[in-house]
Amino acid sequence: MTAVRTVTVVGASLAGLHAARGLRSQGYDGRLVVVGEERHRPYDRPPLSKEFLTGDGDPGEGLGPLALTDPEEEAELDAEWLLGIRAEALDTAAGEIRLTGGRALRTDGVVIATGATPRTLPLPPLDGVHTLRTLDDALRLRAELRAGAERAVVIGAGFIGAEVASSCAALGLDVTVVEAAPLPLVPQLGEEMARVCAGLHARGGATLLCGTGVAGLRGAGRVTGVELTDGRVLPADVVVVGVGVRPVTGWLEGSGLALDDGVRCDEGCVTALPGVVAVGDVARLAQPGTARTVRAEHWTSGMLQGDVAARNLLAGSTVERFDALPYFWSDQYGARIQYAGRRASGDTVRILEGDPADGGGFLAVYERDGVPTAALGVDRPRPFMRLRRELARAPQPAGR
Amino acid sequence: MIPVCRIEDLPEGESVRIEAGDATAPIAVFHTDGAFYAIDDTCSHQDASLSDGWLEGCYVECPLHAALFDLRSGEPTCLPARKPVRTHAVTVVDGMLYVHPAVQTVPGQPVHAAPEEAVA
Repeated sequence: MTAVRTVTVVGASLAGLHAARGLRSQGYDGRLVVVGEERHRPYDRPPLSKEFLTGDGDPGEGLGPLALTDPEEEAELDAEWLLGIRAEALDTAAGEIRLTGGRALRTDGVVIATGATPRTLPLPPLDGVHTLRTLDDALRLRAELRAGAERAVVIGAGFIGAEVASSCAALGLDVTVVEAAPLPLVPQLGEEMARVCAGLHARGGATLLCGTGVAGLRGAGRVTGVELTDGRVLPADVVVVGVGVRPVTGWLEGSGLALDDGVRCDEGCVTALPGVVAVGDVARLAQPGTARTVRAEHWTSGMLQGDVAARNLLAGSTVERFDALPYFWSDQYGARIQYAGRRASGDTVRILEGDPADGGGFLAVYERDGVPTAALGVDRPRPFMRLRRELARAPQPAGR
Repeated sequence: MIPVCRIEDLPEGESVRIEAGDATAPIAVFHTDGAFYAIDDTCSHQDASLSDGWLEGCYVECPLHAALFDLRSGEPTCLPARKPVRTHAVTVVDGMLYVHPAVQTVPGQPVHAAPEEAVA
């Protein structure tokens, strides 16, 4: 790519910010525009389901401790922030991004960082029913949880659902978690470890109902209950739907980009269109050495991909791959879960420390033919990080 | 001045977290590279305990997001952390390890530990 004078980052998110940082740190001194649909500067989302919901004090108007930048860094970044504005279309032939209100933004390079949006269920739009993704979502939920709600029903026992349930329980609500699968988190952790993590709900005083779907909601205007497919009705003052997310790619229809549950990229976040890269939850990357593609919804992936994408965008070709070991963590009911690696169905689990059966912390390693593939720790941060480092250094089994 | 432990109870490569009372945030004390160091225990980036972190030379890696902090200065050496943690002076008297919590709280101006006193 020659003469890049303007790069536009679409998505004022963790991944978008790190791409902007990466561009500047690698010497890009042209015009840098950051478009964000939310009204906020980049902030950290992981606390929104955890301490942000349970914390004391008024969260106030500003981002507070959630802010990912400070005025000093923002001055260094020297970006134009177009916040509260949505990108509606990408027209690479014209070299333009069309924004809400018909405005067009001329640009030479594009970083797609539009993230993901919560999946919803076909339920009536009643008050008291929430999804949780953004700070504004969290502010609304936080206010309701503190306004006298006594019974919460969380639909979906994935990580967000479990964390929200944990926060509700910590606030003293009576909490029921409804999960359609026979056991939550099996794709992520495998059955054996998923069973252990599902046990955290009971330990934290919440009820987990598995193997039942949601048939509908009760209430007129405001939700009063959740009807299950098995006929039961759970009374509820607040309902949180946590059934996963879908990547935000609607604005890219017709752009010529390959869209397949995310924006298809090579292993270096580079799309098939010149000057267009994608990072974070929206990016579906080729996996080196396999025919598979991967769209990670992990905080660390979002952070690290920004730098790789920036380098490749400026180079005009893929000079660096994103090959970091997948890593995520979750805080639930006072326990800190950490996972790293690439486990596959059929990997065996070996406990290295502690005993999952006694409800305390433990460290587990997943293995395939005696070779470690992934690590799972519950309240074992130090040995977990040691194992994570070893996994990151070791060659992965073929096809991972 | 807060007593931590006997020096033989904190061998090379180990760390301990101390609650220094309501007025001071928890402090992490490390024994690495032949010296003792003390810094604020809570990562400047997110809620994680640095005393659980991985030690490599004079650096500790945050156990949650792998931000690296220089134990001598409290400065982060890589993202995601951008702000330093405070450092605290450490002394050894008659085989007993003590931490002197820093009184200043100005971000970016950490008080340096006294390495000549800290060598075990």
